[in-house]
Amino acid sequence: MTTASRLPEPYPQGGSNLADILERVLDKGIVIAGDIRINLLDIELLTIKLRLVVASVERAKEMGIDWWEDDPALSSGARRTALARENEDLRHRVEQLERRELTEGGGASGAPRHDSRGEHERDR
Amino acid sequence: MNVTDDLRYVYAVCRPPTAPLHADLTGVAGVPPRQLVHEGLVAVVSPVPERDFAHDALRAHLEDLDWLAATARAHQSVVAALATVTCPLPLRLATVFRDDSGVRAMLEEESERLRRILDRIDGHVEWGVKVWLVGGAPEDPAPGTEPPAARPSRAPESGRDYLRRRRAGNAAREESAARAEVFTRRLHGDLTRYAADARLHPVQSGPLADAGSGRNILNAAYLVPRSRSEEFLELVGRAEGTRPGLRVEVTGPWAAYSFTDGPEAGGVP
Repeated sequence: MTTASRLPEPYPQGGSNLADILERVLDKGIVIAGDIRINLLDIELLTIKLRLVVASVERAKEMGIDWWEDDPALSSGARRTALARENEDLRHRVEQLERRELTEGGGASGAPRHDSRGEHERDR
Repeated sequence: MNVTDDLRYVYAVCRPPTAPLHADLTGVAGVPPRQLVHEGLVAVVSPVPERDFAHDALRAHLEDLDWLAATARAHQSVVAALATVTCPLPLRLATVFRDDSGVRAMLEEESERLRRILDRIDGHVEWGVKVWLVGGAPEDPAPGTEPPAARPSRAPESGRDYLRRRRAGNAAREESAARAEVFTRRLHGDLTRYAADARLHPVQSGPLADAGSGRNILNAAYLVPRSRSEEFLELVGRAEGTRPGLRVEVTGPWAAYSFTDGPEAGGVP
């Protein structure tokens, strides 16, 4: 990828950046059926190694690729979901830890132990 | 080279250009492109050898990044040269016909669609605008704001401190992401109102885009009248630098690669 990284930043005038060029010539531009027909989706280099550069949202979804929707690094929606999930997990964990503190330090009454068993069952 | 045995590679379709292309311009196989005129439409073509562009050979070449990069650059350089004299409609990479008559037949069959799009992009260029999140959000709250008990190296025994610390970190990240999103939405909204049309592309990532640029959060294309390009760039320039941690990148002018389909609302990132 030396070609791309050696290019001047941040204003590749006329689009000299390889990622920008590939994005356009491979994924944009009008599709016209020529006499030599090659499905670009069959090209492993394009679909696997360069997928983020070439795959349009619709086409990628057709291919079953929709990583950016679930990947926190790519989708702010997924980021929020991931954070919400993490928050919930953490609250749950804190609850458990505080319960354990109660059981260990709080005394020998049967109630907390019953609670922690209940917790366990809820987890299943 | 026996030209009659070669295939025909088509770069773009346009109206008859007002000026000829540069004589030293070379295409994908190192041969100067020429114009094939058919009923008021021009296909810009060059002969390509069958040994490289017949089905199996072409397929194999496309798996080779060096070949692909060189071909993509050659394709783009012809389209870009054409864009200095007219408003070409660029074709997808590797559109190949057996001979001139195959190209003419295509111009005839696709005439209506080609003319419709050529009318739409006439007098326009495409500008690419990307927003990068650079540096990233703070991973932890500022030092000194947390008690020693909540140091990251310690196991979160009490839970409460752990949660508080994580919440603070999450909040900072959320806030930074939210601010970036607000900026990006506003920028895209402003630019879309200014442009004749807009497209949101998937954000760039992966090995080619990863050149220490940060995280791409907007990757859009705008169809802008040539005469208003300067104002458009000023608009982008004004947005730049108003948000620390965000970098706005402009590419272009491109031929209208992203506007070869039907009209579409710009959408929201």
